[in-house]
Amino acid sequence: MTKKQKNMLARIIIAALIFVPLFIAEHMGKLEFNFRLPLAFLLFLIPYLIVGWDILYRAVRNIRNGQIFDENFLMCIATFGAFAVREYEEAVAVMLFYQVGELFQSYAVNRSRQSISDLMNIYPEYANIEVNGELEQVDPDDVEIGSTIVIKPGERIPLDGIVLSGTSFVDTSALTGESVPRKVSEGEEIISGCVNGNGLLKVRVTKEFDDSTVSKILELVENASSKKAKVENFITKFARYYTPVVVIGAAALAVIPPIVLGGGWQDWMLRACSFLVISCPCALVISVPLGFFGGIGAASRIGVLVKGSNYLEALAKMNTIVFDKTGTLTKGEFKVNGIYPVSMAEQELIETAALAECYSEHPIGAALRQAYGKPVHTERVTDVKEIAGQGIEALIDGHNVLAGNAKLMNTYAVDFTENKEIGTIVYVAVDHVYAGSVLISDEIKPRAKEALAALKTSGVKKSVMLTGDKEDVGQAVARELGIDTVFADLLPADKVTKVEELLNSLSDKEKLAFVGDGINDAPVLSRADIGIAMGSMGSDAAIEAADIVLMDDDPLKIASVIRIARNTLGIVTQNIVFALSVKGIILILGAMGIANMWAAVFADVGVAVLAILNSMRVMKMK
Amino acid sequence: MKKKFKLIDLDCANCAAKMEDAIKKIDGVEDASVSFMTQKMTITAEEDQFDRIMKEVVKVCNKVEPDCQIVL
Repeated sequence: MTKKQKNMLARIIIAALIFVPLFIAEHMGKLEFNFRLPLAFLLFLIPYLIVGWDILYRAVRNIRNGQIFDENFLMCIATFGAFAVREYEEAVAVMLFYQVGELFQSYAVNRSRQSISDLMNIYPEYANIEVNGELEQVDPDDVEIGSTIVIKPGERIPLDGIVLSGTSFVDTSALTGESVPRKVSEGEEIISGCVNGNGLLKVRVTKEFDDSTVSKILELVENASSKKAKVENFITKFARYYTPVVVIGAAALAVIPPIVLGGGWQDWMLRACSFLVISCPCALVISVPLGFFGGIGAASRIGVLVKGSNYLEALAKMNTIVFDKTGTLTKGEFKVNGIYPVSMAEQELIETAALAECYSEHPIGAALRQAYGKPVHTERVTDVKEIAGQGIEALIDGHNVLAGNAKLMNTYAVDFTENKEIGTIVYVAVDHVYAGSVLISDEIKPRAKEALAALKTSGVKKSVMLTGDKEDVGQAVARELGIDTVFADLLPADKVTKVEELLNSLSDKEKLAFVGDGINDAPVLSRADIGIAMGSMGSDAAIEAADIVLMDDDPLKIASVIRIARNTLGIVTQNIVFALSVKGIILILGAMGIANMWAAVFADVGVAVLAILNSMRVMKMK
Repeated sequence: MKKKFKLIDLDCANCAAKMEDAIKKIDGVEDASVSFMTQKMTITAEEDQFDRIMKEVVKVCNKVEPDCQIVL
């Protein structure tokens, strides 16, 4: 609790201690002995002033500033009204409970604010710079590109950079939600905001603090609450009209019925006062933004950055998801995925192919060398001849080796059997005799299939994949993952057109999300209702263009964040319906004289507190 | 240009909405948002007018919620 809150708590307790005996005495009829002296009034005025003087003060001050329909002023009128009709205990009780509710609200909001900022507690306080052999702590803002910083075990990495020396495991969980530490060693990139494990690292800074990952993320999260959801805007607008309308209603209730019915001023006055107590739209105005704030917080805890409540709202309505293939559903790296030897052992086939391709810069050569796994002795290879669009002819240990596609085999009239697997096939022949083939293909991400299944169960109706790859490769990946529609052979510009076509086929209430890796697909990311970039730790372009950023490579997080979005919207809706219906019912009952001021206080602060508690559930979601 | 300001003692969400509304009405303000949750205010306006606008912002906020302080 802050000092202000403690102060308030003390005032509430003192006022309550005075109020309770008075309340009992009043009910036992002990305070009625002298009617000429308004003893009861004076006695009840003591706890009233102790607990409510600041409300009176603020009411006066705000009226001077031209704020008429201010909750402080309305509370004053309501309690004055109660005093006027000699309902002293109600006046004090209403003020007391109002303050209890306000205190609780401010406490709850502070708590949730705290727990969300703890979540985003990735701000590095300092950087260590080596000056004349001694370490000096400086502000990360003052470190220039190219300088060397030292990161001790357990310290937060202050700036993006490249490791010059040392190895360590870094904890990226604050950024990615991934609990397994990542290993870093010399020459590797390191990202600010992560926590260094047990090794000492020397890092060359590659970005200024303002451009570093940690600054980008903090800025993004801080700006998130300025992009408001439609529901939030609706509530703000609603609040603007609600208070004046209720106040006018109260005025009408105090004046019209007694005139029409002739008399009963006191009773109608009291009813009007309970109207005023319900006139603050606090429950809605606090709990709705709090709900969205909590949703954004819950998402960032699992490593998903949502740039605004509006995207969370759109995500809850999303029913079409479009994926880019390479880098999003597949790893985007070529790998040997099948070895089909004919006349030699598997290992020998790979060795031969890797040797033949030992000088190749092509990703296929790299994949073969990687699959071989041992150092390639280039001195065994001579007379390398590259045949454009077909493959390579070389002399290995004195034997003629051909490695390439089917065309190459045909050119040299090698008798071979065609490999029907999907991907790139490298056929190998030794001394013009077919030796076997190797399948090289892009690998599907380990959790992509699971992710698609999770999306289906979460209610996404249509999944689409866009790829610049060949039709058969696209189809094969889609079949494997369970994707409904594939558009293959697309140029980057075609992807935008396809997404636009899909957008046109949707109704207003349906939303489309596009998932890409942020490379080459920035226009598509911004064209879709919701652009989701993934695998983008440290990629500025993706963070810039996307509406939602998955900090790690895991496509399964999309389904998780959809669940968070749906829950958030669900809770927000619950709060709106709950608050409005309770207030509505109490207003009607109050006008009929059934609900008294106590019920009105509940409808005001009680509902606000319950709605806030409900909103706080959002943060605990996983 | 866009600038961010911290707010101290912004205690009521309704006031935050009222402040935002009032700031948006100031001449020269392109966009403004007051976040009750993060206790921050973002204002977008022309750079050469910013000083004048901020003076008005402080005045307007003082009217709506005198308890709340803007850290300039």
